Amino acid sequence: MTAENRPGLDGLEVGQVVAEREVEVTRDTLVRYAGASGDFNPIHYNDVVAASAGLPGVIAHGMLTMGLAASVVEEWAGPGNVQDLQTRFSRPIPVPNPGAAVVTFTATVGAIDAEARTARIDIAAELDGQKVLTKAQALVSCA
Amino acid sequence: MNTEAVGRAYGPHEPYEVTRVKIREFADAVDARSFAHLSEEAARAEGYADVVAPTTFAVIIAQQAEFHVVVDPEVGVDFSRVVHADERFTHHRPIVAGDLISTTVHIDAIKQRAGISFVTTRTELADADGAPVSTVISTLAVREGDA
Repeated sequence: MTAENRPGLDGLEVGQVVAEREVEVTRDTLVRYAGASGDFNPIHYNDVVAASAGLPGVIAHGMLTMGLAASVVEEWAGPGNVQDLQTRFSRPIPVPNPGAAVVTFTATVGAIDAEARTARIDIAAELDGQKVLTKAQALVSCA
Repeated sequence: MNTEAVGRAYGPHEPYEVTRVKIREFADAVDARSFAHLSEEAARAEGYADVVAPTTFAVIIAQQAEFHVVVDPEVGVDFSRVVHADERFTHHRPIVAGDLISTTVHIDAIKQRAGISFVTTRTELADADGAPVSTVISTLAVREGDA
């Protein structure tokens, strides 16, 4: 573990937004993630299979949403500094074809531990104003 | 599903070799923009031995291990009825290119409620020296059949 790139705790306040991002998730995004992750479950690219599984259509990988959320936190935290990341997947993200599902991510300081030199970052991920992740939290090593 | 499968462990499995190319590809797929995912020089400048993996990269390795649970007929997961319920990564150190990572996956819990079985697995990732790298906890929700 290194300390060279850690974000500082000084001046950081609970409630402060440290990063936010809007991501357009398209079928291209899903195919790219399937290839990169090795998760080839057809509900993430095949409409017929998705419908027969009782889904509203092709949906995004939960782990894609979590990965995108992590990248938003990393933008502030720096690479390699997220010690712990957890989430529940509360709502699927249907991805139209053509078109995009626009997901907004907001990373907010939830707690600061000056002794441990860590910050808990709470991540809100929303599609059309509805949460797609629940209790999404990252614990970040800080300087 | 067979609740008696709780406590089973699978592995260690053949090590996964972390490569720069895979880290770059994964970083691109999850919109991770740091140059430390792409360039060895940028990674070194941030204090890493080589290109560093994005936070959720470990899922590639963990899901390969979890597959051993999903396909075990004595556990009884119907993969066509699976939805991901939750996920957690605890990193004991960052993953970097060049790591050789072996996995052992444990079934920590199987709970049933309202016609849905929740299977919680814990995958322990260790490096070539046997030192812990990451712990990945994942819960799958499996809708039980109509029969």
